[in-house]
Amino acid sequence: MTGAADTLASVAAPVADSPSVDLEALYTGSGIGEMLAEMDRELVGLKPVKTRIREIAALLLVERARRSLGLRAEPPSLHMCFTGNPGTGKTTVARRMAGILHGLGYIRRNHVVGVTRDDLVGQYIGHTAPKTKDVLKRAMGGVLFIDEAYYLYRPENERDYGQEAIEILLQVMEDNRDDLVVILAGYKDRMDTFFKSNPGMASRIAHHVDFPDYEAGELLAIARLMVEGMQYRFAPEAERAMGDYIAHRMAQPRFANARSIRNALDRARLRQANRLFEARARAVDAGALLTITEEDIRKSRVFTQ
Amino acid sequence: MRLTQGQFSFLPDLTDEEITKQVQYALDQGWAVAVEFTDDPHPRNSYWSMWGQPMFDLRDAKGVMMEIDACRQAHPDLYVKVLAFDSSEGFETVRMSFIVNRPAEEPGFELVRSEGPGRRVGYTLRSYATGHPPSLRYGAGEGRGAA
Repeated sequence: MTGAADTLASVAAPVADSPSVDLEALYTGSGIGEMLAEMDRELVGLKPVKTRIREIAALLLVERARRSLGLRAEPPSLHMCFTGNPGTGKTTVARRMAGILHGLGYIRRNHVVGVTRDDLVGQYIGHTAPKTKDVLKRAMGGVLFIDEAYYLYRPENERDYGQEAIEILLQVMEDNRDDLVVILAGYKDRMDTFFKSNPGMASRIAHHVDFPDYEAGELLAIARLMVEGMQYRFAPEAERAMGDYIAHRMAQPRFANARSIRNALDRARLRQANRLFEARARAVDAGALLTITEEDIRKSRVFTQ
Repeated sequence: MRLTQGQFSFLPDLTDEEITKQVQYALDQGWAVAVEFTDDPHPRNSYWSMWGQPMFDLRDAKGVMMEIDACRQAHPDLYVKVLAFDSSEGFETVRMSFIVNRPAEEPGFELVRSEGPGRRVGYTLRSYATGHPPSLRYGAGEGRGAA
């Protein structure tokens, strides 16, 4: 928050005796501050991502100020690529991006069209182009989010139709920059291979954002947010158990950051439901239905392995 | 003779911005927008050829504008119109329809009289353009989309 304000303030220093714009007024009027604060509240960690979003917000604000002084304001290219390990929040942030960019007035509509390879690439010759164009038409004015984008390119099959989809995408990313923001997402190593074989794609994407893995403390904060979102709550000892669980789970293979936490909570809910069901002779109150206890978490297989 | 069919037909031709606004209005109402074209301007010709399928799931007018431009480019000297279909109960019909492209020269209509028994005269209209086979109906590539 203050970071964005600082960036803006340093830009605001007016040149002597020339018309000036009150950036602070623009900033408060645009509701950007609120939006960034909300992002800070609801997304745990993700430092590089938030920094980048702040920079983009600052840039768009400055563009608006430039336009109001009659200076040339080229809309910046905002196509992005999110890379990171499983469960680091790529999809979540991409889905939020539309709201943020819409609030900043960069895109006309607050909508995300999420697609994967299947939605873009056809099954026979001549099927891909109309399919890709249909998706692009649907996404116009908003954000097109391509999950697992590296699947678009299959080097092992040189007649793969993915290449055709990529070419149409590139064309639209270039020609319709004011109408559409394309966000690609995928695992880091695979995206690197993808860009190596599609240099045109790499150069048309201005923002490569890397999603770092979460630390244990951040994961616990995420668990707390998730539990709240599901209208449950941790008993005090349960929260400590959750901390232990996270430490154990992180050391084990196939750890998928926030996704593992979500799965763990889902299983804890199962055990909680089972516990209440076993004791069904007694009446349960709202408190019991809400609370996840220590035993619901400690019973996890993760502790015994 | 300038063809006047559908909405706005007594106004000057809509600019692209105006078309965008009309299309956006239709999309905001939740109507499906379609593009159609024909070389037969007869008022009773309700079956224009479809340019692709009606667009049911768009949110922004830009997607429709891309189709309109593509259709105009392919048929610069034909009539192109935009339709908005309202599928909600009680309407289930076309709510908007306006022309977005027309040939540079529109030859107009002939009033045809046919005399029947008892000197009764029947009247009908015939487009001069449809007197020729389809490929010769309008001057080639003079319409708006040719620009």
